[in-house]
Formats: sequence, C-alpha cells, structure tokens
Amino acid sequence: MHRTLLLLVVGVSLAFGVDWFLGEFIEEYVVRIINLCGIAIILAVSLNVINGLCGQFSLGHAGFMAIGAYVSAYFTTTLRVLNTETGETVVRAPLFDGAWGFVPALLIGGMAAAAAGLVVGVPTLRLKGDYLAIATLGFGEIVIIMLTNFESVGAARGLPGLPNYASSFWILTFAWICVVSSVFLQRSTFGRALVAIRENELAAEVMGIRVARLKVMAFIYGAFFAGLAGGLLGHLLRTISPSTFGFMKSIEVVVMLVLGGLGSLTGAIVGAIVLTVLPEALRDVEQQAKLPGIRMVVYALVLILLMIFRPQGIFGQRELSLKLLRRLLPGGRK
Amino acid sequence: MTEAILELKSINVFYGAIHALRNVSLHVNAGEVVTLIGANGAGKTTTLATICGLLRARSGEVRYAGQDISSAQTHRLVESGLVMAPEGRGIFPNLTVEENLRIGAYARKDKPAVASDLAHAYDIFPRLAERKRQKGGTLSGGEQQMLSIARALMSAPKLLLLDEPSLGLAPLIVQTIFETIDRVNEKGVTILLVEQNANIALKHSHRAYVIESGCIEIEGASTELRSDPRVRAAYLGET
Repeated sequence: MHRTLLLLVVGVSLAFGVDWFLGEFIEEYVVRIINLCGIAIILAVSLNVINGLCGQFSLGHAGFMAIGAYVSAYFTTTLRVLNTETGETVVRAPLFDGAWGFVPALLIGGMAAAAAGLVVGVPTLRLKGDYLAIATLGFGEIVIIMLTNFESVGAARGLPGLPNYASSFWILTFAWICVVSSVFLQRSTFGRALVAIRENELAAEVMGIRVARLKVMAFIYGAFFAGLAGGLLGHLLRTISPSTFGFMKSIEVVVMLVLGGLGSLTGAIVGAIVLTVLPEALRDVEQQAKLPGIRMVVYALVLILLMIFRPQGIFGQRELSLKLLRRLLPGGRK
Repeated sequence: MTEAILELKSINVFYGAIHALRNVSLHVNAGEVVTLIGANGAGKTTTLATICGLLRARSGEVRYAGQDISSAQTHRLVESGLVMAPEGRGIFPNLTVEENLRIGAYARKDKPAVASDLAHAYDIFPRLAERKRQKGGTLSGGEQQMLSIARALMSAPKLLLLDEPSLGLAPLIVQTIFETIDRVNEKGVTILLVEQNANIALKHSHRAYVIESGCIEIEGASTELRSDPRVRAAYLGET
C-alpha cells in the first residue's frame, strides 16, 4: 500500500516536472507528439492486457475510446452554459468546473467505457479468435454509427470546442498510472491466471480459474483505460467526431502491440512510441526527397520488414527489467 | 465396503443431437485407482468432462463426496478437491515449470501449505526440479505429462482425474508415469484414470470399466478383466 502511494507520488511529480520542462524549453510541435505518445501508451498498454496477456483478440478499442471521449466531453462542454449577463461560460455542475474538473469528467468517461466493456464482454468473450475479433469490430462500428446518427452529439460533425484541458501533466500522469497498474496486474495471481487462459483455456478452467469471469474483467480493465485515453485525446484535439474513432484506430493500436511484441508491456510502450513518432519523423524525409506521400510507403515498409525478420515483435514476450539490463550490459552477471 | 467418493448414476450426455454417453453409471471408492478403458470416441474424455463440470449431463446424477455436483461449477469442484489433468499434456507452454505448478495451486487459500506441496511435487518429480526455470513448452513429452500431473497435485486433490496419461509417450516413459501414479495413490489420492492403453491401465488399477459407444459394457476388478476373453480380444490384442 505504501509502495503504491509512493509510486503515485513519484509519477505525479515526474509528470509535473516534465510538464514544466516541456512548456519552458520544447517547441509546441514536439510537445504535441509527446502528448500523443502518452495517449498511445495508455491505449497500447491497456489493449495488451486483453490481447497480449489474456490472448483475446479484440478490435474494439476505438469504440471504448469513443465512449470515453464523448462522455467526458459531455461533462466538460455540454454542462457549460453561457452566462448572458457576464458573457462568461460557467459550468452547471461545480464538480466539473475548471481544469481540476477534468479528472472527474475523464474518470466518468473511463467508467462508462468500462460499463460498455462489461456489456459487450459478457456475450462476446464466449467467442474465440477470429470470431471475437469480428464481434468486437462490430461493436466499434455500432458505436461509430450511433454517434454519427445522434444529432444531440453533433452527428457526423462531432463535438467542437472542447476545453484545452489535456495538458502534458494529465496525459503523463494517466500514462504512468496505466503502466504501473499494468505492471502490478501482470505480476499478480490475476495476471498469471490471464496468461494461463491465453496459453491453454481448458487447462486453466480445470485448474479452477474462472475463465469466463477473468476474461470479462480483463476486458473491463482495458476498456476503462481506453475510455480515459479517448477523453484525453478529445481534450487534446479539442474536437471530436465519430471518424476519429473509426476501426483504423483500433487497428493502429493492435499494430503497436504486434510491433512491440504481443504480451510484452515494454513492447507495448515501445510500439506506441515508435508508431506515433515514425510518421512524424518521416515528414522531414518526405519534404527533402520531394516525394509527397512516400511517408506512408516507408511506414508500411518498416512494418513489413519487421514482420519478416522479427515476427514476434521487437521484444517478443520479454520485458525490459533490471535483470535483463544487467545481463545485457558488458561484464554483467548472468 | 468403503464409501464411494464419486458416483455417476445413469448419466446421459449429448453433443447437440449426438448421444455421447448413454446411461453411464460408475463409482469410485475412496483410496482406489479406477480405470475407464475404451477406444477413440467411446466417451472416455466426455465422462471426465462431465464429472468436472465442463459438460452438463442431460439426465442422471453425478455425486462427489456425498453431494450432487451435476450442476456445480468447475472452480468450486477444484476447491473441494476434484481435479483433472487434461489430455494431451494441457500445460502452459510459455510459462516456466514453476509458474505452471503455481497455477495449479490457484484455487487454494492455504499459502504456507502450497510451498511445502511445491517441494513435495519436486520430490516426486525430480526431473521437474531440474527444469523449474525452463518453459513448459521446451520439455519432452514425458516431462510435460509429469508436469501436468504435478500441476494437478498442486491443487491438493482428493480425487484426481487423469485423461490418457500415456498418450503419445514411449513405452519406457509410460512405465515411469504409471509408477508415479501408483505412488500418488499410495499417498492417499483417489484416482480415476482414462486410458486406451488397457494393458498397463489394468495392471495399475484396482477396478476397471470398459466403455464402448457411450455405454459401460464390462466392469469388474482389474485382475479379472485382464483374463476376460472380451477384453483380451478387443483391447489386449489377443485372439
């Protein structure tokens, strides 16, 4: 318990420091990429619990993001009204006022996504492999189509004018919480049981693991953080529309996992960073080569080459830990 | 007459329209090794799956330790000491030997006893102790089978269901596995063993049932069955 608190304090102060540093010294474009990296890390790490640890191939992550984004946006925008006398916007519910009001709004968004995870998970997690992938893909599409057709959430235009709340501080804090909780989860009995389900479902069942229940719990965990990430992304982009959360977004997160190594937390983080930075870094290449569009070709080539030469992903199922570092460093003990 | 720890009373199991088990009745007394022999598709694995709650009987009753468990959930049965070691060495290939064994104790709450049982498991299977940091998938077939049995033992079973422990193993390894099964039984674990290898199963059990097309055809003491002409003709390869 003490350790958890300590880790939280460390994370928050780290995020605070980095936030200040970025604001002072780093150009805005780079800060934005770092923010996007943070969100990508939350997405990849949370999906890793479902796809990597538990082995349930889900393509519904963007759907949960959308739910988190729209619900949190409801609390930070729709609940605001224009005070006609003073000309200022005020928030109807004091809890959601100001930048600190962002956190409850985000958490409610995450919980809404988690609730959706429960509702979707109970029937679909009976399915396996391809069938589960198709069912979760269908879920994502249903969310998008509903959002596109409800005039109250702006239909296809989406919601504009989200307040600028998603600072580096919040993004990094939540990324830290997501990573640390995943580390704890991975090392817990629960995490080992998830891996057992991935490895051999029948054997897990006869060892007394409640397979159906644990799968749903993993799904809820992943959906919660996807919802948080959606809320953060919404308040970073400041406009959300259904097309932001299309199925390509889900695929993107899956690609991050596969690139880093499915089942590896370190891999998920590295995959998230690489796939967020790479397209941006390739912009320069594009300009110098004067070949517009070559960016996505290179991006695809990198992925293809990696899959040919290292199909298990950069990290495989390994983790970057102190033990591994010691072994890799010259003169290190075996 | 000792008390039956497990009793199946004319159970019927269906896979969709297929009638897989027809009025199967059998019982296992505490302390016994009972074997269920039969050819492929006779219903051996189905019987085990029904006992441990993976399948439901459409009619009939399964009783364990004096209670009706026909609709009990698998994890509850594991907690009460009814454990199966699945067929085909259902181990976790990407977990180490030790992690595999620890998952065997997943349903247990008595953590100190788990540690001593782990030491005990390595005692029975010294080969596993040598390989405890190795991934399960890198073990040989026989070692994987030992791991599967050891893992089931980690959940402190009273009744152990073994699904074809000899499957795909060399005769010498099969011999070792069955000697281990004898030893586990001597420690007080009741065993229901499903086998195609009738010869060795009958040597290492007290009583036996022969199942054919979902029906129990023959039952009796294993020594008697070994001299039964029907068994000799069909399962022991004699004419």
